[in-house]
Amino acid sequence: MLKAKVKFRGVPQSDEVNVRAAEGVVEKNGNQLGLNELAFDAPVSGTIYGTLLNYKGALEALGGEVNEAPYKAAPKAPILYIKPANTINSHSLPIPLPEGVSELEIGAALGVVIGRTATRVSEEEALEYVAGYTVVNDVSIPHASVYRPAIKQKARDGFCPVGPWVVNREEVDNPDSLITRVFINGELRQENTTANLIRPVAKLIADVTDFMTLNAGDTLLVGVPENAPLAKAGDEVRIEIDGVGCLENKVVRENELAGGGF
Amino acid sequence: MKRARVAYAGAIHEAVEKDGRLQLNDGRMVEEQEVVWLPPVEPRTVFALGLNYADHAAELAFKAPEEPLVFLKGPNTFIGHRAETRRPADVEYMHYECELAVVIGRPARNVKREEAYDYVSGYTVANDYAIRDYLENYYRPNLRVKNRDTCTPIGPWFVDAEDIKDPMNLTLKTYVNGEVTQEGNTKDMVFDIPYLIEYLSSFMTLNEGDIILTGTPKGSVDTKVGDEVITEVEGIGRLVNTIAGDDTFSIRSSSKEEASKLTT
Repeated sequence: MLKAKVKFRGVPQSDEVNVRAAEGVVEKNGNQLGLNELAFDAPVSGTIYGTLLNYKGALEALGGEVNEAPYKAAPKAPILYIKPANTINSHSLPIPLPEGVSELEIGAALGVVIGRTATRVSEEEALEYVAGYTVVNDVSIPHASVYRPAIKQKARDGFCPVGPWVVNREEVDNPDSLITRVFINGELRQENTTANLIRPVAKLIADVTDFMTLNAGDTLLVGVPENAPLAKAGDEVRIEIDGVGCLENKVVRENELAGGGF
Repeated sequence: MKRARVAYAGAIHEAVEKDGRLQLNDGRMVEEQEVVWLPPVEPRTVFALGLNYADHAAELAFKAPEEPLVFLKGPNTFIGHRAETRRPADVEYMHYECELAVVIGRPARNVKREEAYDYVSGYTVANDYAIRDYLENYYRPNLRVKNRDTCTPIGPWFVDAEDIKDPMNLTLKTYVNGEVTQEGNTKDMVFDIPYLIEYLSSFMTLNEGDIILTGTPKGSVDTKVGDEVITEVEGIGRLVNTIAGDDTFSIRSSSKEEASKLTT
């Protein structure tokens, strides 16, 4: 069992529980319940920052394009973006599929949850600033060009499911060697590992906090692997990260959601 | 009414402007130099517009975009009136951007431009500094250019929307050490406020307290350590900021470290 923090839906306080990440079992006060017997809110409250092109395969997929217009050179500093408050979503709630869009990219991201104010921290000390780890589905509308910020493709309502919990940092021996898997309707569609990060977790925290402070409760996504699987209306999406958790959401047309007809 | 958030006598207060002084919410009257000015709205989701004045776009050798060029900022980058912004020792070109900031007053989704002003609670002034040395061509302008700690002064005042008759006809001015270096008018925006609210709310929900920084006109000038930069929007406020060097932030540049190694 791993120690984790959760925010149960309808309960004002966060809770500390024990979890079995792979099976989706939650234990508290000696009682065990399965994922589907519980309702969760997103377990994080701060700003969520994503990292673009931090998987070796994702950068390789751009190939020689990085040297051509409009990019003209390979990236030097971390490329970041923000998943704003309207995107934050939780385990088992639907991912809205916008009208006129047929498929969504499923971004399997390890979320590094910050535990205390981190400004210009060194790589050696970076992990001491981490409270824990969570699973994030960094959803996007497919877009080939990454030249301009992709607000319209990445900042839609509900496009950032997080959870179901945050596993305490001490429970993860090495954040740079975690297997990530994406299942759609039960079928394995992507498998990768954080061993393939260009900037491993500590290096990423150091390079980001060199110019911007990460605050307690903020979440830094380490990146999404290449060949993001596509999901369409009705698809059940499950992201697993070994030793961290499993996050499930269904893609639902936005006009079929409560209030979606407006 | 003009409202501020300030730190005074060990606590954070809301305050209003009264006869050139500040009245705290507990009734105390204080001078504006006696307080620490905080951002007048606590930033959550903050949008910023690139190239939203045709003359500024031309100045940067871009043509004005056909669709708004929008990027987001995190809470870390904001500082209040009369604060200091860091200029790293190794940069060659760091410029201010005087902008009208629009504050959203209630949740907005699929709002038509005719009704857009009903969703605005007020306005403030922002200075959206950019360090051009750090520009790269991925999700440009990226956070290393536009979301640095201390690089977005905002304030001093939150001004109620009802007090601003025509936000699309306000003079913007920047003064560096007292000299006017930038002058424009909000009427020259490529995408005006109602258009931006319609555009953003067409694909996402805007929430109370969200802020839209509407872009800057022509007149970007490099600013150096010690410069006093005042960004002013007619009827909204005069936002004072000073550029500070690495020493102020206890940052030793790598070249200095090398130098000190050599001498010891």
